[in-house]
Amino acid sequence: MLYAILCYNDETVVGTWSEAEDRKVMDDLMAVQKPLAEAGKLGPVARLLPTTAATTLRKTAGEPLVLDGPFAETKEQFLGFYVVDCETLDEVVTIVRDLARANPGTGSYEIRPVSFFNPGSATP
Amino acid sequence: MTGDHDWIGLALNGARPRAVAALYRYFRDVDLAEEAFQEACLRALRTWPDKGPPRDPVAWLILVGRNTGVDTLRKRSRLVPLPSEDLLSDTEDAETDVVERLDTSHFRDDILRLLFTCCHPDLPATQQIAVALRVVSGLSVPQIARAFLVSEAALEQRITRAKARIAKSGASFEPPDAIERAERLGAVMVMIYLVFNEGYSAGQRAHGAALCVEAIRLGRLLLGLFPSEPELMGLLALMVLQHSRRDARFDAEGAPVLLDDQDRKLWDRVAIAEGLAMMDKAMRHGRPGPYQVQAAIAALHARAGAPEATDWGQIDLLYGTLERMQPSPVVTLNRAVAVSKTRGAIAALELIEPLAGPLANYFYFHGLRGLLLTETDRRDEAREALGRAIALAGTPAEAAHIRKHLDALDAEARSRRFRYP
Repeated sequence: MLYAILCYNDETVVGTWSEAEDRKVMDDLMAVQKPLAEAGKLGPVARLLPTTAATTLRKTAGEPLVLDGPFAETKEQFLGFYVVDCETLDEVVTIVRDLARANPGTGSYEIRPVSFFNPGSATP
Repeated sequence: MTGDHDWIGLALNGARPRAVAALYRYFRDVDLAEEAFQEACLRALRTWPDKGPPRDPVAWLILVGRNTGVDTLRKRSRLVPLPSEDLLSDTEDAETDVVERLDTSHFRDDILRLLFTCCHPDLPATQQIAVALRVVSGLSVPQIARAFLVSEAALEQRITRAKARIAKSGASFEPPDAIERAERLGAVMVMIYLVFNEGYSAGQRAHGAALCVEAIRLGRLLLGLFPSEPELMGLLALMVLQHSRRDARFDAEGAPVLLDDQDRKLWDRVAIAEGLAMMDKAMRHGRPGPYQVQAAIAALHARAGAPEATDWGQIDLLYGTLERMQPSPVVTLNRAVAVSKTRGAIAALELIEPLAGPLANYFYFHGLRGLLLTETDRRDEAREALGRAIALAGTPAEAAHIRKHLDALDAEARSRRFRYP
């Protein structure tokens, strides 16, 4: 079954990481992903730019409104996601524990089963 | 969570601008706000490792900072003894209350006020930057002193003097109206770009890059509070795009590498993506301003996969727009570079001749003029202009760069004499 792992954290704190700290976290996270990829369990992975780069389109009765910034002001922002293929929720929780250990400080992860999945074909 | 507690340091750094700004509103005294925050951080380092981080670290720090600040004031007036630490740190219930009152609009004016206080018009630019880096960003005195290439004692003195000036002038703690807010935002943006430029022009030194990173962080913080300000998007895009070239701007010896000669594979693609996204957002507002125009120019360079692919015609037009918005001989000089690429060296020389007076002591004017004269075969004048540029160079690397062109000119002259005696 496919699960999405949605990552939340305070982006102002993530933004204080130095380049070296950032690289270290990314390397540690890659180390968690590598065995998953080799076992064919890892789907798409994305890290998002800060919410200052975000634009929101909100539907209205008429033309949708295009607004600056994220959909909602929250203490923790949606910063990225993984898609993994796991047999059980316990297996996903174990992966998320590893991810959490590789990522310093506060934050949270939301684990959501996927109902529809299109791997897409965009190659950046 | 990692085993060591470095995550606490990161969380404290991230919380600093918001917490110090709120404490400044509360105590109306920069020094006291800083001290109170410092004390709150010490308590965080003592209690967070065992209890885990609070649900809202910023609110926790503000509340504890406020309590300790009040204590300091009481101790100063010798009224009541210091309450026990347990009492101060046990903030579980009170936290909810503070969180509710600290909505974004509050933070927005608090942070803007704190930054605006740092760029008091009576303070010279260097003092504005030093105070902002110390108070808002929390950089240490040695860190800032290294970036400015001054002694720690001199910097300490600079900050003390600036703070005394700020305390005397007294910031306004009334909620600003729309016009005041816009004025403050404008002044703060200028100060943030000063911080960036201080770092950018410092060259390869890692400490210079630290200032650029700090300026970008402040820009992001501000844009988070004012998400629909196109000029703020422009400023952030401009800084991010310029900073994306940091690894390509200098060679192994520390000499500057011109844009045309840079290895574009070293440009930071993620930073460029962010800058371009920001520009796209800004343009939707249809309210252009100087930062957006400069960012648009930086974006054209960033989009060019190779120097030949640069859209110099568009850059010429954008510098023309910038000249109308912010007339300055330096902007015209920059436009001349674009003109030299599209219409040739003679047209560019015509454009910069009137700048000889205002830019008489400007390294880049004589450097560019020397190169343009070289291209048009006016060798003696070129030699003189390049010599003048070397005399005005701010760094040995700048001088060495011009020296190379001068040597090439001389070498070519010698080979000509040899071939045609």
